[in-house]
Amino acid sequence: MSPAWPTRARWRQLAPALLPALNLTLALALSAVVILVVGEHPLRALRLLATGAFGSAEALGYTLYYATNFVFTGLAVAVAFHAGLFNIGAEGQASIAGLGVALLCLGAGGWPTPLVVVAAILVAGAFGAGWAFVPAWLQARRGSHVVITTIMFNFIASAVMTHLLVNVLIKPGQQSPETREFDANTWLPQLHEVARGLGVDIGRSPLNLSALVALAAGALVWCYLWHTRWGYELRVLGHNEAAAVYGGIAPARVVIVAMSISGALAGLVSLNEVMGVQHRLLMNFAGGAGYVGIAVALMGRNHPAGIGLAAILFGALYQGGTELSFDMPALTRDMVVVIQGLIILVCGALEHALRRPLEALVGRAPAAERA
Amino acid sequence: MSEAPLIAALLAAATVRGAAPLVLAALGGLFAERSGIVDIGLEGKMLASAFAAAATAAVTGSAWAGVAAGVAAAVALALAHGFACITHHGNQVVSGMALNITVSGLTAVLGNAWFQQGGQTPLLGGGGRFAPIQLPGASALAAVPGLGLLYREVVSGHNVLVYAAAAAVPVVAWLVARTRFGLRLRAVGESPGAVDTAGISVAGLRYRALVAGGVLCGLSGAYLSIAHNAAFIRDMSAGKGYLALAALIFGQWRPLPTLGACLLFAFADVAQTRLQGTPLPGVGVVPVQLVQALPYVLTVALLGGFVGRAVAPRAIGVPYVKER
Repeated sequence: MSPAWPTRARWRQLAPALLPALNLTLALALSAVVILVVGEHPLRALRLLATGAFGSAEALGYTLYYATNFVFTGLAVAVAFHAGLFNIGAEGQASIAGLGVALLCLGAGGWPTPLVVVAAILVAGAFGAGWAFVPAWLQARRGSHVVITTIMFNFIASAVMTHLLVNVLIKPGQQSPETREFDANTWLPQLHEVARGLGVDIGRSPLNLSALVALAAGALVWCYLWHTRWGYELRVLGHNEAAAVYGGIAPARVVIVAMSISGALAGLVSLNEVMGVQHRLLMNFAGGAGYVGIAVALMGRNHPAGIGLAAILFGALYQGGTELSFDMPALTRDMVVVIQGLIILVCGALEHALRRPLEALVGRAPAAERA
Repeated sequence: MSEAPLIAALLAAATVRGAAPLVLAALGGLFAERSGIVDIGLEGKMLASAFAAAATAAVTGSAWAGVAAGVAAAVALALAHGFACITHHGNQVVSGMALNITVSGLTAVLGNAWFQQGGQTPLLGGGGRFAPIQLPGASALAAVPGLGLLYREVVSGHNVLVYAAAAAVPVVAWLVARTRFGLRLRAVGESPGAVDTAGISVAGLRYRALVAGGVLCGLSGAYLSIAHNAAFIRDMSAGKGYLALAALIFGQWRPLPTLGACLLFAFADVAQTRLQGTPLPGVGVVPVQLVQALPYVLTVALLGGFVGRAVAPRAIGVPYVKER
């Protein structure tokens, strides 16, 4: 080992933050190649994207509104990840939770808003957890792989929702498959309205109370994973199943609990979309947020603080991507999916690829810091 | 009454056609998984190959050029998967899902930019797609009761990729069970350390397995867009890659049982198409949307109920790190 110079030691301290930043840059560079292939200018696209996402108070509001969804799904994926499980079913869990929230809102016409909100959080969590419970149980008790079953449950959820919206819940005398609009007392307060009540103008955007729920969820997940016995059990199982069994932890129970919590978190997406913005149940309202959650969790190193930052990044990509597609019609919203996939590839599967060159540059972090 | 055999024959033929892409993809996955690499990226490889095949066939007018492009696309993705999982010891499920998501976006972006049809490729005609082949003797046997019908409807009259899928089953079974490559493939999936000790490159073997899988997966994707259909449609693989993977697991990573599982899934799909709008005894008409979920429900039920604990190759999903 060469002697650690002060500058190298300084860099080494920064390495945990440096690596995701480097990986992100690499993923964006790969995306730039795709943009070039399509025949657009990558730097101009990046500038349009950034202005679209952060250029005004409204734009920032939209970015944070998308980020709210991704915090929920990112936390969902991360909790499962810590238990050694890969929950690809957040999309389905969110849409089934939306069904629960919609049924509640349709029936809660005369309730006071705070009561509806509390009930909706519980219902969204319960429906999401319920939809995750079956794959979890199958994994824990029957050994069928949770990755495949959660994917299948996404397809099944989509079929169930289509059936219910087309044949059962559709507003009579209407073509598009969606429910009637909920009564106004069941809508989540928009933050720009709250701010205007306090004398502040933050621009009109769909950002609503669920953003605060997302912050609270992040804090709760942090407490749960690192400051409770159950969180400890969950992480031990994820690190080493043999050690967990030896330590008296029942893997089957932890798997089921972890997946249920994961599903409940994913279910909270419906607060933002169904109660906060659309005020009715639509098809595919989750809009791919479940899959974005995978990227968000990986980018955020499965830590709530990191997930918050990564969610804002992806919120910016979604919002900026929408603006971008107006100016560059060749770059449809699908470009965001490409960037998302490349980020998962580079930050997730290839996370070690840049570690070694980086360590060669700044020296290895001590083993204790690397965990 | 006399129509019953014909209907049965048509159902069987539809099952064969539906099973072909599943068989090709599942056998492709078999190579990867038996070598110890989780291949959840079957879906993405299928979709990429379907797009590359349709785009190339549309531009060149040649179905064979399309197949070549499809295979090349799938092999390229397999190599990317290998680069992440073998060379850099990345998480195999994450890498596979990343490729699936990237491809789902990329095919739409490129399709839209190149053909301006909302992500679809132009409709193929003539030499751009594979036509059904009438096997010799179909008309001669037509008069034979039973056998003639079976031969004409079920055995004959498919496109070349269906026969490729049928041929792939014994070939893969022979390769895996009876050749030196197969022995090493199985060994590297069970105990890479032992293979390494014997002086054989673990990484080299696994890369070869991924490439072989990529070729089969490429055929499977090409089948979707230039044989079964006549164009690429957005997300046209629609979960078939995942179904193929489930069939592989249900088939205990063996070629023949995997073929059986693929036929079962394909039959479920044919049955759901046929069941739409048909009243069932005791239940009445099941809504179309729910009937369409039948293959997925069947997958969950089979994986959870009948397989029990599937015995996977022992080293699957574990990156091999040579001891230092």
